Amino acid sequence: MSTALVQLDDVSLSFGAEPVLERVSLTLNPGGITTLIGPNGAGKSTLARVVLGLQTPDHGRVWRRPGLRIGYMPQHLQVDESLPLTVDRFLWLAAPGRTRHRREALARTGVSHLRRRAVRRLSGGELQRVLLARALLRKPDLLVLDEPAQGVDVAGQDALYGLLSEVRESTGCGILLISHDLHLVMARTDQVVCLQHHVCCSGTPESVSRDPAYHELFGPRAGTPNLALYTHDHDHAHDLHGHVHDNPEHHDHGEHHHD
Amino acid sequence: MIELLLPSLLAGLAVALVSGPMGSFVVWRRMAFFGDTLAHGALLGAALALALDVNLYLAVVVACLSIALALTGLQQQRQIAGDTLLGIVAHTTLALGVISLSVQQSVQVDLMAYLFGDLLAVTWNDVLALWAGAALIIALVVWQWRALLSITVNEELAQVEGVPVAFTRLLLMLLLALLIAGAIRTVGVLLITSLLVIPAAGARRLSSTPEQMAMRASVLGLLSVTLGMAMSWYADTPVGPSIVVAAAALFVLTLLRRPPA
Repeated sequence: MSTALVQLDDVSLSFGAEPVLERVSLTLNPGGITTLIGPNGAGKSTLARVVLGLQTPDHGRVWRRPGLRIGYMPQHLQVDESLPLTVDRFLWLAAPGRTRHRREALARTGVSHLRRRAVRRLSGGELQRVLLARALLRKPDLLVLDEPAQGVDVAGQDALYGLLSEVRESTGCGILLISHDLHLVMARTDQVVCLQHHVCCSGTPESVSRDPAYHELFGPRAGTPNLALYTHDHDHAHDLHGHVHDNPEHHDHGEHHHD
Repeated sequence: MIELLLPSLLAGLAVALVSGPMGSFVVWRRMAFFGDTLAHGALLGAALALALDVNLYLAVVVACLSIALALTGLQQQRQIAGDTLLGIVAHTTLALGVISLSVQQSVQVDLMAYLFGDLLAVTWNDVLALWAGAALIIALVVWQWRALLSITVNEELAQVEGVPVAFTRLLLMLLLALLIAGAIRTVGVLLITSLLVIPAAGARRLSSTPEQMAMRASVLGLLSVTLGMAMSWYADTPVGPSIVVAAAALFVLTLLRRPPA
């Protein structure tokens, strides 16, 4: 436990009479990528909020490594029209420091050109990269990303996941990802936790995809070859804007044979 | 003329200067009605100060803070909508303030002076107190700028990043209460929200960062006070309302400019 970043023991939480989390245990380790999957309303975001310290559970224990630095990338962020806020100032709030560091963080997520833009004017995909740059700027021990793949095309997702594993390699931080479906889970995930208020099953992506509890939860569609596990071989290059440098037709998952 | 007007002008400028950053927060956090409610509550504080024979500024700060804390607590409930609650509290405290002022027949109180301000009655001691208060507020805002701005952008993100959200919110209310206490004698309780909101709204169109907006709101406020007092002197109009009209005129001028990205 002393090596863990965050450890949840037997955590339960209900909103009114409605149980949201039932006896959930979860350990997040440095350098580990954990993906939380489950249908809508399964309590994924609530569980992430418990990890982040935004929600206190009714029962159970939450332990965080003292001095833990968390980088959080929320699903979306609404900046009020009345607040003029450039990307640069937005990043400064997370980590005051030299302009150079903010430039570097933005370059890392491929959005250097947005530094002077108003946060309010960013598109969904741009905002996500800015939020990720902001989270990275804090040099986090733990990175928490809520549905980072949402609204991003397959090539963009792949670039994002590539960047995340690179961050994990270079900084050794732990990563907690929330996803609504297993086929979007990145191939480099170490641990998949399948949630439906309680933990249905957990383990490596391969073992979860073969678990009967997973199939029961996601229905027969989870077993169809079209939505089989995403095991993408990184055999071509593309950047964060999703421009794949070879034929994008080959860039698909599941039923295609990778060579 | 200038010796006669100087204390009044300096008092008004102190309030306007602080209203820039504070008004920006009021606009960003959509607290205009909240600030208005505090200002109404300030009248109750003033009435209590007279009844109990304690310092006016202290009583107003305490009254505003108590109301701010009570409102924060009451807004947790779901029975009554937030703005309805503010409407109830604002006008009830105003009514209570007026009643308690009127039953104290031993003291002759000019109610209009509290409601619309009486800049021309300002003494050099008031000027000193106002500038000391302004310096304190600005020092606190500068010191806590990042925390204040972080909770304004997104409270949850701020909390995850280790900003003490509850403390920062409390600080913002304390600063607002201090400002309103200073304003009660100068522009009056009914007009302080306009000095908070109008220059900040005008500065929005001229700014692309929060810091620019806070400072430009101060500049617009200082101009409004100066122009309003000049208008009052030459056209013999009431000072407080003249300042508000000047602020509104400047706001209309900013509409001519295309907003920055």
